[in-house]
Amino acid sequence: MTELKIALTLNGKRREHRVAAHRTLLEVLRDDFGAVEVKEGCGEGVCGTCTVLLDGEPVSSCLVLAGRVDGRDVVTLRGLSDGDALHPLQAAFVEHGAAQCGFCTPGMILTAYAFLREHPQAGRAEIRRAIAGNLCRCTGYTKIVDAIAACAKEAASRD
Amino acid sequence: MPAVPFEYAAPATLTEALELLEARGDDAKPLAGGQSLVPMLTLRLARPAIVVDLDRLRELRMVRRDNGVLEIGALVRHRALERGEGPLIACPLLQEAAALIGNVRVRALGTIGGSLAHADPAAELPAVVRALDGTVVVRSVRGERVIAADDFFVGILTTALQPGELVVAVRLPVPGARAGSAVEEFSRRAGDFAVVAAVAVVDLDTAGRVARARIALAGVGPIPQRLTRVEDALAGEPPAAETIRKVLAARPLEIEPDGDVHASAAYRSHLARVLAARALERAASRAARSTSP
Repeated sequence: MTELKIALTLNGKRREHRVAAHRTLLEVLRDDFGAVEVKEGCGEGVCGTCTVLLDGEPVSSCLVLAGRVDGRDVVTLRGLSDGDALHPLQAAFVEHGAAQCGFCTPGMILTAYAFLREHPQAGRAEIRRAIAGNLCRCTGYTKIVDAIAACAKEAASRD
Repeated sequence: MPAVPFEYAAPATLTEALELLEARGDDAKPLAGGQSLVPMLTLRLARPAIVVDLDRLRELRMVRRDNGVLEIGALVRHRALERGEGPLIACPLLQEAAALIGNVRVRALGTIGGSLAHADPAAELPAVVRALDGTVVVRSVRGERVIAADDFFVGILTTALQPGELVVAVRLPVPGARAGSAVEEFSRRAGDFAVVAAVAVVDLDTAGRVARARIALAGVGPIPQRLTRVEDALAGEPPAAETIRKVLAARPLEIEPDGDVHASAAYRSHLARVLAARALERAASRAARSTSP
């Protein structure tokens, strides 16, 4: 077993850590850093609940070995809000009732965040494709798409 | 479930990585994007003594275009293919195929070399490399081998890679000016592996007829399959949808798919015919459009 010393930026803060090389980023985030906003779903990279942004790109934290994040930037859902001030996407999810049990919500919002950054004025069809890799078993997706589309529309009206 | 603990090394150079793979033989597993290997580790289907992480090998991330051949480093990620970054823009087929791989998170980390070395029979990129008559560059401490895609894939999750060898790059002859390409696939849910995927490349001659058609299928056998009899029959024909349908209907396809939990053998055969026709038609119409004044 190899133990590694890693240093990463987690939600803007530099963290140093010692970690066994066989552990995943998901385990380290939840168990060591207390970042329980990152949810464990399938553990196989399929469901999207454990999504985090790694250097800005959404990844399944269950499929990243912890050693891989040395020197890199990790953002969880908590990293989007500014203290108690919600990110507009979070606010839109609240406003549109886009969460029922809430388990998929952190991954859903981070995926939408990364997508809207590249396609700020996306339409509903593009939004549906963009979140196709994030499973929700409660909402039927309509309100989730509503919330994301509201943010995209907001961006369009600003132009 | 956590993976069984293993030793971990992240060599800084390709030479170091190859020496390590040679020294540790079957005990070692190279880690590229990790989108297949990491779930195999956490499901404990793979229990290597040592994981050799390739992430630091910048030399495997290069892309260059040289005389109509695109050379893509093994660690180039699916997202880079999908976005057509840099010289990759020369091959629209890669953009179309990469966009169909898994989900956006898989594409953010998964690599072309990893996909080829893993050799899942339903994966898109192995079929693309076969359709383009690509070659796979592999290296070990003993030297380099360049393996034609036709010889690289040998069975389910099995390639011509020998112990100690690593995929370092793939070389793809870029289709010319009078060519068109397309990918069609059917999967049960968004993000699933394809049940069947079809990759087509059609080259037209100066008279606007098919100079060469190439079609590779994934999901219909242990390795991606070329339909050479269909390809031969299309040569010299007009690039019309009716011709393609007629040629496909006139002969048994050179495939013997197995049925499994995802689809019966008969259904896979049906999909193969439908998707091959659609891919060839779209490739042919793109080729025709690229030649029209």
